[in-house]
Amino acid sequence: MLMNGNPIVRVQNLHKWFGLLHVLRGISLEVYPQEVVVIIGRSGSGKSTFLRCLNLLEEPTSGRVEIDGVAVEAAEGELLPDSRARMRDLRLKTGMVFQEFNVFPHKTVLENVIEAPVIVKGVPKEQAVEKARELLRKVGLLDKQDVHPIRLSGGQKQRVAIARALAMEPKVMLFDEPTSALDPELIGEVLAVMKDLAREGTTMIVVTHEMGFAHEVADRVIYMEAGMLVEEGPPEQIFTSPRDPRTCQFLARIIESGRLV
Amino acid sequence: MAEPLSQIPPESDPDLAVGLALVRRARRIRLVETVKVGIVWFALLALLTIGLLQLRFDPQYLLRHTNFVLQGIGTTIGVSVVSILIASVLALFGALGRLSRNPIAQGISSFYISVIRGTPLLIQVYFIYLGLPQIGQQLKGLGYPQLADIFTLSEIQSGILALSLNYGAYMTEIFRAGLQAVGHGQYEAAAALGMTRWQMLRRIILPQAIRVIIPDVGNQFIAMQKDSALVSLMGVWEITFRANRLARKDSKFIEMLLVAATLYWILTVVSSWLQSRLEKRMAHAYER
Repeated sequence: MLMNGNPIVRVQNLHKWFGLLHVLRGISLEVYPQEVVVIIGRSGSGKSTFLRCLNLLEEPTSGRVEIDGVAVEAAEGELLPDSRARMRDLRLKTGMVFQEFNVFPHKTVLENVIEAPVIVKGVPKEQAVEKARELLRKVGLLDKQDVHPIRLSGGQKQRVAIARALAMEPKVMLFDEPTSALDPELIGEVLAVMKDLAREGTTMIVVTHEMGFAHEVADRVIYMEAGMLVEEGPPEQIFTSPRDPRTCQFLARIIESGRLV
Repeated sequence: MAEPLSQIPPESDPDLAVGLALVRRARRIRLVETVKVGIVWFALLALLTIGLLQLRFDPQYLLRHTNFVLQGIGTTIGVSVVSILIASVLALFGALGRLSRNPIAQGISSFYISVIRGTPLLIQVYFIYLGLPQIGQQLKGLGYPQLADIFTLSEIQSGILALSLNYGAYMTEIFRAGLQAVGHGQYEAAAALGMTRWQMLRRIILPQAIRVIIPDVGNQFIAMQKDSALVSLMGVWEITFRANRLARKDSKFIEMLLVAATLYWILTVVSSWLQSRLEKRMAHAYER
């Protein structure tokens, strides 16, 4: 595990209830700069909800989230008032990539990427365009800059979404099952971009079913079940000698389905 | 999308040649059908004309005074255009109010919609035209002449106010549906990028919602052009007012009503055409 100084993400005792459903049951986690944390687990284990609580797309019922010095806290189902005021500050620390891409269909690829820097941060347009081109080159879509998303494949849309998030220069990138909505032949191009980011030292928290990616790229793998972090460790250890019986069972099922490389 | 067929060289592929022949044949059949429908329309119009001529209908009078009625078309269009614009703004805020969690915004919005939809347009027209000046008089009596001025509107202002208020309430539902038609993921993506609610609305949600809203607003506009006839009751010199004035004076009701009806009809046809062109233009970003 990398330990570059102080943790950049600090989560303390996070709980989330959806009505009568207790989805997150007291999660605590620290992520260090440049670390790649991959969260695995079956559907409904609360992985996505946890990720979405980190940038307050989901408001936690109780607990504390701190990212790069911006802290928010919830108690008894409500964000504390001064935490609510910091909601946007917290979101500016994070970039999120969604399962369903959520690119803006009414804007061209380039417009998608410059939108938030220009509108939210007030970056001058020429500067934003220059930066956007650089990012589009990085994700291999510079030639598509003037195209509307409807003409892109799923993999291309997701790469635009990654560039769009990176354009805001977030401290932490959150990936919420970024390849789950993709046709199998398009998964590789998105994972390749994510591997590049990891190699460059981007701090990443990734929820995924791509065990190969977790194995190869993660600094730390976390197995989550029933709203709790069951086990964590380096990928070698989690995938070859998991200690918790629940992790063993999950991985056995994955191996059975032939998805573990 | 209809490709310009002439640009595809048919020799390049035998399959393509078969496809082209099929497409051309389908188009020809469709064209013939359209022509047949047109012939029926023409026959109906001819029958109507012949029938009216039998009943001592006076086409000379009609032609002589068409111009007088036609001069009202600018007022009709002007009142309708301004009203649909104001109504759209009202509808947008009405929709935002309805979708808001703020009880004041929600209360104002639902009250407005309920009152306007629960009362006839005709009563609203009278209320604004006859009721507001009465309020103005009372205020003047109470010693607020400036306030009284606000309540004293010209005929055209009254007409625009009545139509805007009325259509704004009905169009609130259209705008609400439009805002809700934009996927939840779009809101989330904008929020995750750190946008404020206003930035999100203006830059991401509205531009997409407009596409859903435009056809319905177009329909409302077409309906409004005809409902604007009601403001003739306020003495606005638009199409209906002018037609009615001559009709009463010379007892030529059929003649003048025909003129007015035809003008509205032409307006509607032209508006529908403009609407379909606008929709096509707006679809641009969504075409492969």
